Amino acid sequence: MNAVASSLRIALVGNPNCGKTALFNRLTGAHQKVANYAGVTVERKEGRFVAPSGRVLQLLDLPGAYSLDAASPDEAITRDICEGRHPGEPAPDLIVCVADATNLRLHLRFVLELKRLGRPMVLALNMIDAADKRGIRIDTAALESALGMPVVETIAVKQGGAAALVARLDAMPAPSTAPVGAPGGAMLFPPEAKSIAPSGAPTEAEENDLHAQVRALLAATVTMPRATSATDDAIDAVVLHPVAGLAILATVMFLIFQAVFSWAAPLQDAVSAAVAASGAWVGGLLASMPLLQSLVTDGIFAGLGTVLEFLPQILVLFLFILVLEESGYLPRAAFLLDKLMFKAGLTGRSFIPLLSSFACAIPGIMATRSIADPRDRLTTILVAPLMTCSARLPVYTLLIAAFIPRHDVLGVFNLQGVVLFTLYFAGIASALAVAWVIKRLRSDKSDHALIMELPSYRMPNPRDVLWGLWERAKIFLRRVGGILLALTVLLWFLSSFPAPPDGATQPPIDYSFAGHIGKWMAVVFAPIGFNWQICVALIPGLAAREVAVSSLATVYALSAADGADAALGTAIAAQWSLATALSLLAWYVFAPQCMSTLAVIRRETNSWRNVWIAAGYLFGLAYLASFVTYQVARAFA
Amino acid sequence: MKKGATGVVAAVEDTYSADPIARRLRELGFVQGEPVRVVARGPLGGDPLLVQIGYTRFALRKAEAARVSVAVEAAA
Repeated sequence: MNAVASSLRIALVGNPNCGKTALFNRLTGAHQKVANYAGVTVERKEGRFVAPSGRVLQLLDLPGAYSLDAASPDEAITRDICEGRHPGEPAPDLIVCVADATNLRLHLRFVLELKRLGRPMVLALNMIDAADKRGIRIDTAALESALGMPVVETIAVKQGGAAALVARLDAMPAPSTAPVGAPGGAMLFPPEAKSIAPSGAPTEAEENDLHAQVRALLAATVTMPRATSATDDAIDAVVLHPVAGLAILATVMFLIFQAVFSWAAPLQDAVSAAVAASGAWVGGLLASMPLLQSLVTDGIFAGLGTVLEFLPQILVLFLFILVLEESGYLPRAAFLLDKLMFKAGLTGRSFIPLLSSFACAIPGIMATRSIADPRDRLTTILVAPLMTCSARLPVYTLLIAAFIPRHDVLGVFNLQGVVLFTLYFAGIASALAVAWVIKRLRSDKSDHALIMELPSYRMPNPRDVLWGLWERAKIFLRRVGGILLALTVLLWFLSSFPAPPDGATQPPIDYSFAGHIGKWMAVVFAPIGFNWQICVALIPGLAAREVAVSSLATVYALSAADGADAALGTAIAAQWSLATALSLLAWYVFAPQCMSTLAVIRRETNSWRNVWIAAGYLFGLAYLASFVTYQVARAFA
Repeated sequence: MKKGATGVVAAVEDTYSADPIARRLRELGFVQGEPVRVVARGPLGGDPLLVQIGYTRFALRKAEAARVSVAVEAAA
């Protein structure tokens, strides 16, 4: 840990959503995720930067906390590090306490609490530009002498906005004492906030005293024309309105699904045409080597190309998620839905982790660390895989495009968009149902807390949004180039060998390993309408769900008689019944989840039991839903 | 308290001993003498409440808000 012994170890500490991570990014040039709600950062993040004098400063970004008396796992990390009790992590040499300049009534209390630790401290008044705009005047010099610590003004989101802070830090003396703190095993993360009341927790009287001090400080150093922002009041009056608010929320969600289909379509066609053209071109070059040609055209281009087409859709989905995150709307949505979610056994706080799970269940499950109640947290983790992650989107859109006509519904909506919305909705509804069952099964029925801060609205920063999209695109392309490529090649191999015997009448894949495995599995899956080709695609789909699409593409490319090169969508539209397609859609609403999700559940809950529960119930529900869908669809067909 | 009502916190009571929710509320500024206002209420049964304390807004469920006793003033 102490590679640079003489360097100053600095921790950024403060209330949730005061801009610690934005400041961290500004100082270190990193690109950690920022958004406008409490609890974005749930882990400690380390970085370093070189001050103008040439000194190396080590910076630690910590999860936001309201007090050192931790109420949730992410707050416990902050408490342990500040108090020097984090395993393998000495206490920081210097605490930079970050406070939102527009929210000092709340944030100064934590400053005073941190001060009682007796460590060297600097106070950074962040978002000073927003405070200016609202006419808030802060007498920094007076605050500095009253608090007995340096106070600097920062604007973390602006170029050069942390210059004053850097100058201050650079002038700090090197640590004189040897680092204290327990060495030992690097336990990543304690499963739960360990103690509710550490020895130093303020008593009620001390608490009143802290608040009295804050009031005195504010009276002496801050003039504030108005307690809240007028813009926030105006927006909230509409957005939180019992009727209009819910209507807006529903419209926003529905718009997203429509956009995913209609905006992305032209881009998607372009990608698809480019892939097909380059596949044909490369295939032509390899005409003299049939085996290699098959690997490249049937394996790589058919498989990966099909998945690549979905990049535009994933980016459109993320554009919406990122803008919503930055704006500060998400906690409002959580507020509107809290009662409903509470009835179902969740909490409004589950809303943000569950919404992130639409991107991927892994960050979603990590985000549950900001849920204080361990029961609510476990329930949220268990139902998070039911949210339709972006890896399932390729499967949905492939099947919808192949089987659902492009009708207009009510003149405005596209039937395909409506079906997609229904699938997402089915995921949400089943998550609520499962959560409700879990709540019923739970014996401990004591109080659950909500207590959630609603932040000020903020204009999304286009650069952050673009950066977020770029990151997403990179993750997706890395998956395509890595695990998906490997699995696709493996599947091509299994589907091509052993070669068919002489005088074979069926396509060669029927005689291959994959053909045999698929036909054996098909016995189990026949009642839900899956043919053996689908069964083959299900196995690699466990590693990454998108692979199911590339696998189908490979399997069908190899099954095609005399290399008749039809696109996957056309091939399945010709060969599957509608009942089979619907059944596969239903399967993927629950989709026995990917291995990485199970691994994260194991890590976050520290229990194999929860992993088995999650995997078991998802598989059971998937089979049941597909069975019902298939049988009903066949009865009506 | 009704929507738009303002008042002053009289006390935050523990519903049981060492009530962590009551402690957190006090940390967030619900202490005696602090002005509060109910800004909005949830769409279903008026739960949760959106409460303004200091410069900050918190969503509180009724069960949580019940711990805070308030001397109500006339609606602003």
